[in-house]
Amino acid sequence: MSLWAADDPRLALHRRRKATNVIALVLSLGAMAFGLVWLIWILVETAILGFSGMSTALFTEMTPAPNVPGGGLANAIFGSVLMVSLATLLGTPIGILAGIYLGEYGQKSWLAFVTRFVNDILLSAPSIVIGLFIYSLVVANMKTFSGLAGVLALALIVIPVVVRTTENMLQLIPNTLREAAYALGAPKWKVIMMVTLKAARAGVVTGVLLAIARISGETAPLLFTALSNQFWTADLREPMANLPVTIFKFALSPFQNWQELAWAGVFLTTMAVLALNILARVLFRKKD
Amino acid sequence: MEATLGAEPAQERAGDGSPTPKAVRRDDRFGDLVFSILTGGAALLTLLLLVAIIGSLLVGSLPSMREFGASFLWTAEWDPVQEKFGGLVMIYGTLITSLIALLIAVPVSFGIALFLTELSPGWLRRPLGTAIELLAAVPSIVYGMWGLLVFAPIFSDYVQIPLQQTLGHVPLLGALFQGPPVGIGILCASIILAIMIIPFIAAVMRDVFEVTPPLLKESAYGLGATTWEVVWGVVLPYTKAGVIGGIMLGLGRALGETMAITFVIGNVNQLNSISLFDAANSITSALANEFAEANPGSLHESSLIQLGLILFFITFLVLSASKVLLYKLEKREGAAT
Repeated sequence: MSLWAADDPRLALHRRRKATNVIALVLSLGAMAFGLVWLIWILVETAILGFSGMSTALFTEMTPAPNVPGGGLANAIFGSVLMVSLATLLGTPIGILAGIYLGEYGQKSWLAFVTRFVNDILLSAPSIVIGLFIYSLVVANMKTFSGLAGVLALALIVIPVVVRTTENMLQLIPNTLREAAYALGAPKWKVIMMVTLKAARAGVVTGVLLAIARISGETAPLLFTALSNQFWTADLREPMANLPVTIFKFALSPFQNWQELAWAGVFLTTMAVLALNILARVLFRKKD
Repeated sequence: MEATLGAEPAQERAGDGSPTPKAVRRDDRFGDLVFSILTGGAALLTLLLLVAIIGSLLVGSLPSMREFGASFLWTAEWDPVQEKFGGLVMIYGTLITSLIALLIAVPVSFGIALFLTELSPGWLRRPLGTAIELLAAVPSIVYGMWGLLVFAPIFSDYVQIPLQQTLGHVPLLGALFQGPPVGIGILCASIILAIMIIPFIAAVMRDVFEVTPPLLKESAYGLGATTWEVVWGVVLPYTKAGVIGGIMLGLGRALGETMAITFVIGNVNQLNSISLFDAANSITSALANEFAEANPGSLHESSLIQLGLILFFITFLVLSASKVLLYKLEKREGAAT
């Protein structure tokens, strides 16, 4: 240290480099804080405004007319749960089968290559376009908005998520496991069903949970498929009430009671989605 | 020895009326065939889905294409009463909000990825990473409602009004900050979009930063480079393709985002000034607001579908570019090991 004079240009360069480093790292810390602030702000605000609307009536009463006190979101919650469940039941098998194809059959074939590419596009494609597609396919032909159309639209969003995670999880399974099963004389489909898929189970379930979380909050694809309904219905041929579209309608309305219900609905949806996400992570980490 | 031991009981069983080994093998082959057809069919179905989506959008927008031709792209008029439609306002709204969102999100995401890979203590890495990923999981309608009812009023008071008072009088630059500072508008929508795409970009950046071979980084550290110099001079050039891929992925998300934008962009069909405070419209918000009300089979509906087609086309290009870039990095990573 004493070898260098205080005004040595090398020392100045060193100091400048150090300063740049510190500034960059402080900015990086700031960016991290910036990201976290939004998450905390949104969650806290949603919790405060939504929690006051929590009551048993929320789950037992129908959506009210404007400015009529009371009422709940029972029909919307029921519709959402019904459509999300059916969409998951419909989309998961297709997604898992296609994922198995990508992971176990055509790793290098052109079909696998193109499918993988298309699947990644579908994964990030605007969900409102999915709504447009189902509209022209189902709603335009049935001449009415319907719960069925909503289910189909959501199922189309489930498929790419499940395909992607299933394939990734299957790739994590060591080949020795497959070879051991083949050596015992098991046919390919048994190897997949009873060995590799079983070993990848936790990961596949994680993918399904993430898909459920994703469609639970999706609004855009339901806007012109399931639309909304003021009343309770379990008939898939009719427009069906659901949480996201109800929230959309209520939040943009000038009516006090509708806005309060919208906040309660947002709180419910957010909590459900975050819980599913955290559950999926915990489940997958255990497997590690 | 073992093989004969295994075969004998099977033959004995055959005598009891159980399936012979030949029958078992036949069943297995049949099972294999069914299973490969099922999985291949599912894969093909995924593929056909994209074709079907593009096809249905094309068919739906035919009437509008026939009526307005290519001028649809640069006509700003949108008049459902006189059936005159042009998509310029919405296309501009979609592009400008996504662009501003990227300008905000890219540096922040880079900072977050840098923090998560180089700065954060090991035990904090996972919870912080998860927190950022949860930001991506929050449904877009929550962002929308929060943006409209909580963020916009605060944004108006503490950002827009001061901005207008200071930069509003600067020539040229001031034109960006004209109009009533009511909170909602292009800038507000862009900021909400930025918050929504930060987790996607940051997650990809973090993942690609992690694939940089430690040997490269350690060599640079060994030469006396600072953390910043290692990230800027070694990690970033090495992962360039992946980083751009991540940004493209974020852009794709931003272009297609619907609910949050619909809440905060203001939904006004105008293109009178370049002010970022003005209310505007985007492709997705126009679809969300008008589509259910358009008469089936009308020119209005067809024009909206054409907007959807344009949106899908743009996002398709952006996402394909993202995919190709990320694939390039993956290939190099494979070659390196």
